[in-house]
Amino acid sequence: MKITTPEFKSNAVDALANENLQKAMGHVQVGFIEKRKLAADGLPEFEALRDNARDIKDHTLAHLDLYLEAYSEKVEESGGHVHWAQTAEDARNIVLDICRNAGAKTVTKGKSMISEEIGINAFLENNGIAPIETDLGEYIIQLRGEAPSHIIAPAVHVLKEQVEEDFRAEHTHLDIDRNLEEPETLLDEARTVLRQKFIDADVGITGANFLVAETGTSVIVTNEGNGDLTQTLPKVHIVLASLEKITPTLEDVSQILRVLARSATGQEQSVYTTFSTGPRRETDVDGPQEYHVVLLDNGRTNMIGTEFQEMLRCIRCGACMNHCPVYHAIGGHAYGWVYPGPMGAVLTPSLEGVEKGGNLPNASTFCGRCESVCPMRIPLPKMMRHWREREFERGLNPVTQRWGLKVWAWFARRPRIYAMGARYAMRAVAMLAGRKGSLTSMPMAGGWTKYRDLPAPEGKTFQQQWQAKGGS
Amino acid sequence: MDLLEQAGCVVSVPPAQTCCGQPAYNSGDRADSRAIAEQVVTAFEKFDFVVAPSGSCAAMLKKHYPELFQGDPEWEGRVKTFSDKVFELVSFLTDVMFIQKLDAKFDGSVTYHDSCSGLRELDISRQPRKLLAMVEGAELREMKDSDVCCGFGGTFCVKYSDISNSIVEKKTANVEAADADILLAGDLGCLMNMAGKLAREGKTTKVRHIAEVLAGRLDAPAIGEAK
Repeated sequence: MKITTPEFKSNAVDALANENLQKAMGHVQVGFIEKRKLAADGLPEFEALRDNARDIKDHTLAHLDLYLEAYSEKVEESGGHVHWAQTAEDARNIVLDICRNAGAKTVTKGKSMISEEIGINAFLENNGIAPIETDLGEYIIQLRGEAPSHIIAPAVHVLKEQVEEDFRAEHTHLDIDRNLEEPETLLDEARTVLRQKFIDADVGITGANFLVAETGTSVIVTNEGNGDLTQTLPKVHIVLASLEKITPTLEDVSQILRVLARSATGQEQSVYTTFSTGPRRETDVDGPQEYHVVLLDNGRTNMIGTEFQEMLRCIRCGACMNHCPVYHAIGGHAYGWVYPGPMGAVLTPSLEGVEKGGNLPNASTFCGRCESVCPMRIPLPKMMRHWREREFERGLNPVTQRWGLKVWAWFARRPRIYAMGARYAMRAVAMLAGRKGSLTSMPMAGGWTKYRDLPAPEGKTFQQQWQAKGGS
Repeated sequence: MDLLEQAGCVVSVPPAQTCCGQPAYNSGDRADSRAIAEQVVTAFEKFDFVVAPSGSCAAMLKKHYPELFQGDPEWEGRVKTFSDKVFELVSFLTDVMFIQKLDAKFDGSVTYHDSCSGLRELDISRQPRKLLAMVEGAELREMKDSDVCCGFGGTFCVKYSDISNSIVEKKTANVEAADADILLAGDLGCLMNMAGKLAREGKTTKVRHIAEVLAGRLDAPAIGEAK
């Protein structure tokens, strides 16, 4: 997927001016937050479960190699195949080979962010294989030729009126006078259209929420049941997953599942939680004949042992973006790559390099609301700050900003001169403001005064007042 | 100062202080942050308590200084001892000094914005409301989403001014809907941001630091107003 993160600022300006997007983002700010709060408050052990979930993943990451090997052995034992993909390109080629060997013409897909990360849809299309998204949101944005703007609600930026337009443009074989005004009628139509595609598909690709080392099982959580049809109907099932999805035992998975849906949508549990292990056995009535797991690294092992390791605990619930004021303002596309919101602000520079992703960890107020709701207790603001440190060390931030900071720090390390400077600066700003008490514009402060007045200080500095009062 | 003295404290203001170093710290400049932090610790460590009238400065001293000195044998213990003594003003009055009454009066309504650092790093939300309830005549009118960021974020508001503006617009709309005489908060960055936006929008809500109401000192002009 082409990365437009370096153009983040202009992406954001466009997003702020996009009326449909702004209307759609209004819904995110209410629904997700209230539902998560109800679910979290309704479970007395929720906070303890978050601790537990964090500890399970920390333990797993500390022994990642062992669990990956154990998992791989179990998959092979159950008759499946594990393919190790170091890069996105490796993963694409592996998937293409499997599809070609199966003589595939169409591939159905369950929702998978890894498939976005490696850009599998465009790649398959270029090689003559038609990928069909089956998650309703993904189906909508595939029709629109867009990328997901949210990791669990990919079409959250689209209004239902826009979906109606897209369906009418695409499903031209259906009655032109049909009613598509309600979400239910849109859903029914998508179900009808997709049903035959499930049956016709040669290969089904799903993601994975967990890979269980103990049993070699992949686990997906969905609300539409499309994932089940994708992985059981075609003769080949490919699981696309990044390697940090590994979890030691089924018991561990059940622990993390208790915080996942509550944090994501406020559900106690997703409608479907599906476990699949290997291909169809002789005694099974259905299931795929081949079961492949493509395990993607794509830069993740480079995060191990660094200050960004904790990011690998992420279970992709989306709570951080649901609670992020910046995400609310601009939506997901402005972030310019696969992962938006606070988790994307840490992950994008980690996987794509800080040269390309550097805007994102800077575009945060550090309000900390993401960390306060993260079920895995990932210290997101702290890691964004670490990215700023890496940028600063390497001299990647703008020269004016670096010099401004240096000059200010020079003063801040000299209290007498700093106090004097503060007195002069105060007097100067107060003089500029005159009788109004605030400024509508000021040289070098355009970023501030473009949208707000600058309140001017009144009277003397606190230190001066304190000394005048005879304080010590 | 009045509040601390009313609570029975002897207050000193060491002249050898400048800033807590947060601008450098959040810009990724650890070396300057550390140098400034050493200066702050040295100037303040002899006191029983260190109190700051700002959630984000207090959180910097209390939560982030220990991280800056982690693993440094010379400074780590010293900084930990210092950080344990740091409190934000409002929570210091309730949680350490156990203030039960205030000598303050205000006949009017206020609404309170929970500044992010104070709220999420120092768990300050019930303390200011408890103290406001002790101000004779003051009525607290809660705004919607009082715990959502105002869009200030230090240099963020200048570097990403368009996004910051969209966030603060939502805040001032909630402030206006609360229909209170004064908007209060405990952090100067947020106060300047919200006051600046309200002024630009031509709204009449006054903006003050919560300490001004708690101390009953409403004689000075509100933020962004002249005498």
